[in-house]
Amino acid sequence: MGSGREREDLLRIYYFMRLTRAMEDRTRTLFLQGRVVGGVYTAQGHEATTVGAAMMLGEGDFIVPQHRDLGMHLVGGTSPRAVMCQWLARGNSPTLGRDGQLHIGDIHHGIVPSISMLGESLPVACGIGLTMKMRKRSTLVLASCGDGAANTGPFHEALNFASVQTLPIVFVIENNGYAYSTPNNIEFAIENLSDRAHAYGMPGETVDGNDVIGVMKAVRRAVEHVRSGKGPALVECKTFRVRGHSEADKAEYVPKELLEEWLKKDPIKRFEQYLTEEGILTGARRTEIEEKVKATVDDAVRFAEQSPAPHPETVTDYVFAPDGPIAIIGEPGAEDPRYVNALDTRTGKPFTTISGAQAIALNTVPEEVGRR
Amino acid sequence: MSEVTYLEAISQAIREEMRRDEAVFLLGEDVGLYGGAFKVSAGFLEEFGPERVIDTPMSEAAIIGSAVGAALMGMRPIAEMQFIDFIASGFDQIINMASKMYWRAGMPVPMVIRGPSGGGTKGGPFHSASPEAWFFHTPGIKVVVPATTYDAKGLLKAAVRDNNPVLYLEHKLLYRMPELREELPEEDYVVPLGKAIIRREGEDMTILTYGAMVHQSLRAAQTLEEEDDLEVEVLDLRSLTPLDREAILESVKRTNKVLIVHEDTLTGGIGAELAAILAEDLFEYLDGPITRVAAPDAPFPYAPPLEAAYLPNEEKILTAARQLAAY
Repeated sequence: MGSGREREDLLRIYYFMRLTRAMEDRTRTLFLQGRVVGGVYTAQGHEATTVGAAMMLGEGDFIVPQHRDLGMHLVGGTSPRAVMCQWLARGNSPTLGRDGQLHIGDIHHGIVPSISMLGESLPVACGIGLTMKMRKRSTLVLASCGDGAANTGPFHEALNFASVQTLPIVFVIENNGYAYSTPNNIEFAIENLSDRAHAYGMPGETVDGNDVIGVMKAVRRAVEHVRSGKGPALVECKTFRVRGHSEADKAEYVPKELLEEWLKKDPIKRFEQYLTEEGILTGARRTEIEEKVKATVDDAVRFAEQSPAPHPETVTDYVFAPDGPIAIIGEPGAEDPRYVNALDTRTGKPFTTISGAQAIALNTVPEEVGRR
Repeated sequence: MSEVTYLEAISQAIREEMRRDEAVFLLGEDVGLYGGAFKVSAGFLEEFGPERVIDTPMSEAAIIGSAVGAALMGMRPIAEMQFIDFIASGFDQIINMASKMYWRAGMPVPMVIRGPSGGGTKGGPFHSASPEAWFFHTPGIKVVVPATTYDAKGLLKAAVRDNNPVLYLEHKLLYRMPELREELPEEDYVVPLGKAIIRREGEDMTILTYGAMVHQSLRAAQTLEEEDDLEVEVLDLRSLTPLDREAILESVKRTNKVLIVHEDTLTGGIGAELAAILAEDLFEYLDGPITRVAAPDAPFPYAPPLEAAYLPNEEKILTAARQLAAY
């Protein structure tokens, strides 16, 4: 059953999975109410993968997440308030209302903002890894993409370059069955996308992406490989996108039986059942966690709704960064405000992506709780 | 101190910046062991080692994307495109990743993308590009085009020290051109981005140009003085983004006639935007039609007679200038 600390770690994982789901459920409601002006992309069913993978990181490690990786963001410390400000296009969102979705980050806290061209973040992850290598750090990068992005040129260029340069990168492919409406069988002609890792000379394995303990164990193996200085590793987490590509997509192309099968494998329900059977998640703890989740989401929505819209006249501001010294991120004194990249120089204030309160990391996966 | 070539000036700039600042590094195809396809980085691997002079696979998205990632970390990468034509293979990283990053996320991306551009070397459709208009149209990236050896060094140093993505377009025809050999200052210097320079003063007409066409324009201006008694001013833009509007307007206000010369194709080229600026801001000052000399709207050709027909040159500039002068 594990020590008290392990039990608390498992409950924290559960909390982040629940928070991720609740944030997305609320975002969907806001969208249906017409309060989210743009497209909404959620990841119901991915929580074990996104939360589990990010839980394996330590101090100084980076995440390079994609559009469905709210779980990764929340574990990495992204503020729920910042996320809601993004969806509601507020002037104090991390992008000042200039971009939506989860295209946010804070380089000082190891989060790289993504763009809509999926796969293009992976070469950027190589640059983070190159810097860590040049600066003789023992940290690593967790870079994710979906099954769709695994077919782009940048995916292959990044895997190859990372391997040739022995870069400290764990690649995670979240294979959720579909790239928009395109199913796996017409995306690629192999059984497991992790086979592609072998083509580039790195270890790759495929795991059940709806099993959070299994994901953590696989990512931990990859992390250990990378930290030993042997270069990158890849984990394919097989999961399923149980909703549409976006909330505008009814996903009628997904066979009903397939959807039902995956809904039964819901990662949160599975983990909940396990935690309950083990006596870790008691009724009282569950109530406590649900209250905390609800309070966090309510606070984020309230904060975003009370936040100002961006001023129209600011639209052409900050196209170029100002002159001045640039710090090498992660080195002593890098947050000294004399550096152009220390603060968000657009506002003269710290970056707003990170709340600071949530950033946590687990360095252990309790071995004995692996069975399901 | 001896005279150096345009290419040696580029090499000096990178070497000195790498010595000055440990955040500066070079990556690209064949830049290390081989010293670069044009030998810009010859000897760099020995001096700086393989972690700062990185031989990459043939992967432009990985080269430029890695530069973006490193720049986000506060490094100052210089990404070499072996021929600037290949920049198209890394387009997304420039357009969607690097150029929008500070505007949307507040994180500066201090990086340089550089490589040999331009024609006249029998390079054909894939080794002769003048790609500046693609990036000139893109907010968030600076574009510089050095025409002289002094500027090649000074602009590159300024580009490396800038906190934004900078596209630095060197012209391969100028690399070893004997006439461009120049003695450079021994002390550190930069040529600030966004400052044009008058290469030749005149009162009858302004030629707005940049890159290798500066030299064709200067030759034409000399001929016009000798044969037509015309005093033609030649303004070398040096930076396209930021554009020195003040210098452009100041010159044309004095001369009242303007000829725009560039090696890139005509439609939607830099000249189109310059013409629009002049028409909007100096309508009442113009004593003749804004005239453009540029490559025709066709891909860059290979065979010598086709290449000669395609490229703007002194003759074409003379013809256009004489028509404009007579207007």
